[in-house]
Amino acid sequence: MHIEIDEITKAFGATAALHPVSLAIPSGALVALLGPSGSGKTTLLRILGGLEFATAGRVLFDGQDATGLSVQDRRAGFVFQSYALFRHMTVFDNIAYGLTARPRASRPPKPEIARRVTRLLELIQLPEIGSRFPSQLSGGQRQRVALARALAIEPRMLLLDEPFGALDAKVRKELRQGLRDIHDETGLTTIFVTHDQEEAMELADLVVVMSMGRIEQVGKPQDIRARPATPFVRDFLNA
Amino acid sequence: MSDTTLPFRNPTSETVLARRSLIALAVLGMALLVGAPLLMVFAEALAKGLGAALESLGNRDARAAIQLTLIITAIALPLNAMFGIAAAWFITKFDFRGKAFLITLIDLPFSVSPVVAGLCIVLMFGANSLIGGWLVAHGLPIVFALPGIVLATLFVTFPFVARELIPVMIEQGRAEEEAALTLGASGWRVFRTVTLPNIRWALLYGVLLCNARAMGEFGAVAVVSGKIRGQTATMPITIEMLYNEYLSVAAFSMAALLTALALLTLLLKTLLELRHADALAATRRH
Repeated sequence: MHIEIDEITKAFGATAALHPVSLAIPSGALVALLGPSGSGKTTLLRILGGLEFATAGRVLFDGQDATGLSVQDRRAGFVFQSYALFRHMTVFDNIAYGLTARPRASRPPKPEIARRVTRLLELIQLPEIGSRFPSQLSGGQRQRVALARALAIEPRMLLLDEPFGALDAKVRKELRQGLRDIHDETGLTTIFVTHDQEEAMELADLVVVMSMGRIEQVGKPQDIRARPATPFVRDFLNA
Repeated sequence: MSDTTLPFRNPTSETVLARRSLIALAVLGMALLVGAPLLMVFAEALAKGLGAALESLGNRDARAAIQLTLIITAIALPLNAMFGIAAAWFITKFDFRGKAFLITLIDLPFSVSPVVAGLCIVLMFGANSLIGGWLVAHGLPIVFALPGIVLATLFVTFPFVARELIPVMIEQGRAEEEAALTLGASGWRVFRTVTLPNIRWALLYGVLLCNARAMGEFGAVAVVSGKIRGQTATMPITIEMLYNEYLSVAAFSMAALLTALALLTLLLKTLLELRHADALAATRRH
């Protein structure tokens, strides 16, 4: 799905989190929102997911105005920073949640839900863990379950908030490839937030560098590296 | 090995003498202040035998008092569970101005004397007040009747559930609820399938504390109930009346029953804590 962000601003009380920000994301792209903490990248992601409403400006999905669309109707697969798995449910029930939460008319029958959950567990290469609880999983497993849960609703886009932030360096590298594979397999427009420039450069097709609620530069990783548009981008990449 | 025979002493702990005397002091204090009075209640109740104790509980007024206390508790508990959940939800899941003030307000019943709370209810709903006069004229008296006692009990026990839930809900944050919303669940469904299961132990704990206090409340109920024997006299009030009439077996039998109910609540609470600890540990690992 093609996403267009048109002059979005966001203020929390007197503090501005986003100055007017505009950005077009082509359908099927894998995009990194890169910046230090406080740069507004998570706020922008949450606005796309419908978890915050913008103070002003519009969001367009495939050319249709989605600015006021409720979080439930956005069908954005969202992966949270600490994964936010439902701790009292098994992995199976976690992944099935989005399907069982549908109104009766559009809810798939039980065997169909089970089939889809099984398929998603295979997609994340953890076919055996359906009956476990989140507390019994490693950090990397939790991240993949969160991804499977987000994919279960057949989302129109995938939004990930620091998806590798809580993992150690080795698992981080493995799961980067995992996200790339899932993106290529599903073809979903995927946007992830990170403060790690290496991660953004290695994984994304398109990198959006942000600072202080503004977009500093948008471009392919190699272009940004070769030609930093502002002093901030140059300093940030050299840090 | 020779070193196992050396007297072992943990470098951060006190000497044996200091430890033993501290423990003895604690045990003695507990026995004198808590244990002995509790035993005395049961001893006094059984002073003339079990038969006399049971007989005093079997008369019409005593049965009415027990029934009234159970009814009031049965009304107050679910209502305060609901208010408590609503207040804790509102305070922990939303940011708004005056939040600190609201939290203070929830604690108010802890700091205001129950007698003052009772007087406030009489002033607001008494037959001489505007609202009370109208209600009495329409056949629904509040003061000196069941609704007044329920109101007084609700006021006094209001903080228990909310106070238990607020720290738990703050610690858990909003991420799981937000995740459920992005998966398409409606607000009510999120509450039912995510919020409620996560707070169930804290909720039960709060309800049990609320239960103990609701059954035992004296001050506020004494003011609003009018102490009408067989009608508005709850168990604690009946105990006081019987005691003032020198009917010590009857007074202490009722007191023993009330104590037994409280002890039962405590026992349930302890059992829950054992399980609750496991559940908490499991969620902490997450």
